[in-house]
Amino acid sequence: MTTLTLGKAMNEGLRKAMEKDPKVLVMGEDVGKLGGVFRVTDGLQKDFGEERVIDTPLAESGIVGTAIGLALRGYRPVVEIQFDGFVFPAADQIITQLAKMHMRSLGTLSLPVVIRIPCGGGIGAVEHHSESPEAYFTHTAGLRVVACSNPVDAFAMIQQSIASPDPVIFFEPKRRYWDKAEVDVESTDWAPLHDAKVVRPGEHVTLLAYGPSVKTCLEAAAAAGEEGRSLEVIDLRSLNPLDIDTVVRSVDRTGRCVVAHEAPVFSGFGAELAARITERCFYRLEAPVLRVGGFSTPYPPSRVEDVYLPDLDRILDAVDRTFAW
Amino acid sequence: MTIDSVRGAPDTPGLAEPELVQLLTPEGERVEHPDYPLDLSAEEVRDLYRDLVTVRRIDLEAVALTRQGELGLWASLLGQEAAQIGSGRALGEHDMVFPTYREHAVAWCRGVEPVRLLGMFRGVNHGGWDPAEHKFHLYTIVIGSQTLHATGYAMGVQRDGVLGTPSAGATIAYFGDGATSQGDVNEAFVFSSVFNAPIVFFCQNNQWAISEPLEKQSRIPLYKRAQGYGFPGVRVDGNDVFACLAVTRKALENARTGQGPTLIEAFTYRMGAHTTTDDPTRYRLKAEEEAWKLKDPIERVKAYLVRGDLADQAFFDEVEAGAKQMAKELRAECLALPDPGPMSIFEHVYAERHPLMTEEQEQFAAYLASFEGEVSP
Repeated sequence: MTTLTLGKAMNEGLRKAMEKDPKVLVMGEDVGKLGGVFRVTDGLQKDFGEERVIDTPLAESGIVGTAIGLALRGYRPVVEIQFDGFVFPAADQIITQLAKMHMRSLGTLSLPVVIRIPCGGGIGAVEHHSESPEAYFTHTAGLRVVACSNPVDAFAMIQQSIASPDPVIFFEPKRRYWDKAEVDVESTDWAPLHDAKVVRPGEHVTLLAYGPSVKTCLEAAAAAGEEGRSLEVIDLRSLNPLDIDTVVRSVDRTGRCVVAHEAPVFSGFGAELAARITERCFYRLEAPVLRVGGFSTPYPPSRVEDVYLPDLDRILDAVDRTFAW
Repeated sequence: MTIDSVRGAPDTPGLAEPELVQLLTPEGERVEHPDYPLDLSAEEVRDLYRDLVTVRRIDLEAVALTRQGELGLWASLLGQEAAQIGSGRALGEHDMVFPTYREHAVAWCRGVEPVRLLGMFRGVNHGGWDPAEHKFHLYTIVIGSQTLHATGYAMGVQRDGVLGTPSAGATIAYFGDGATSQGDVNEAFVFSSVFNAPIVFFCQNNQWAISEPLEKQSRIPLYKRAQGYGFPGVRVDGNDVFACLAVTRKALENARTGQGPTLIEAFTYRMGAHTTTDDPTRYRLKAEEEAWKLKDPIERVKAYLVRGDLADQAFFDEVEAGAKQMAKELRAECLALPDPGPMSIFEHVYAERHPLMTEEQEQFAAYLASFEGEVSP
């Protein structure tokens, strides 16, 4: 076991994938000597060379577009988008090309491209550096969308995503980059990439989260536990495909469910969860599925970002409201 | 110089009067160019002629099929045969092509059966050939996106370490004059330049981006843009199949030997509509079309063959008859294309099993099955 931060666990996972398969490339802005703005690719260029760890021109569409071409030539590019809010210049290449090319080719072409996106707020950043754009991508057929929440999963999930023959959008919770955990870097005994995990068992309410909100939900569950309420926390890990069976098993028992994410609630991923849970658990629900998340506003200036981000109190308030029905 | 904010740049000499590489005049006279020597046997010229006539006939048949409701749409290559056959016949077996949706003649050169091109226009699929088998990627509809795929592919070739060896392949990206305004095309130029990628950018400047003339895209001749990115640009007579062949050959060879990208601007003309839904009479003058007719890419090769006594009437008749027969067969193949079944929409969305696909597929199959045994009123 090795104590690693989430960022370092990503780094170790990338390193393992590059050691295992010479076709794996890392590309993006500042991923070389600098090691990326969050140092996730630290040291990789030194060890694997400039041909495999590519500092690209500063153009996101160009990065993803050329990654597609490299994949067509047999490579497995891992693209770093520097911040969530910078992915949109590449949206056309991701949504129109990357996601659809396998089907367009009647299955003859495969596009094993991973697009890593540091996401979410909470680090006091300027505009465009704190967004949660996952719903744009879960809405696009042809993409797989995952979000890690801790160092153990970060290490495993990045390797599993690189091994996938399909394009994967990989969200990294940037305010959790410095969270530490014990990681077994020699093990490959991992849960399947698209399985959700019950990270805290409970009886009264199910909390659903992914990425940065998992930790917030665990803290909320700990606080509720002190008041005698037992909350079950599920880390979805994968948004598309969604492991709805794990969710249903939990909500069937608890009868109550609260979803937390940083993205705006309106048309957010929680809406999909609420609809599916309602379909599957209708007669066992004691209250509607409630959602806690960002407001329907642009991400605010960082001095007031705490107002916007779902925190322990807002999550517990929603939990209370599920008992008021 | 004042620029009219509505009309854009005034006609500049380079924009309208091409300084282009030409090896065969519109009258069919062979001329030499110091940088592009070309030695073709009579048989090779006859083969090029056969290609040109055949692809024009295939294109004509596709237009007719659209008019008759058998295709939903067709983007005609009429007038651009020489640009496509010349560049297409310059390709070697290891070279890789990234086309737009109008490169039917390049597809012909890469051995893609014409009926495969019709699939997407008939609506039975989004692309019906194996790109790896033909070294010819699928048609890309969103303007300019494929130039980045081509650049990335070329970067892959570079990383394979084959440049300068017999198995080296260049990548060629096709696009039009309108595409040169797209960010992706400009990003492809930047990436190719800084990585010295083995790529040829083949721009068919057919003067019109649907209804917008070149003046709406550029104030300078397109081939001159290359200079700003740091690689050579050359303008070729796009209606001269010899020149297109020679210029593309050289650019491809430069790419294969590690000398980096080239931009070729093939100066040509879209004789037909943008697609079968377009109406050029709304935005351009008949006189312009008539002027370009005099520069027809096929007539000049025919004149050259006749002038040099390299082909007789029997040859021309045989080529014509062969093209006609091919069109007839294409029509039959088009009509025989099977409509995909309803469940096919779930296929190939993902390479690996995906629970949502399985779920929706099963639900929809059950829904369809619920109608079994019902008698329609």
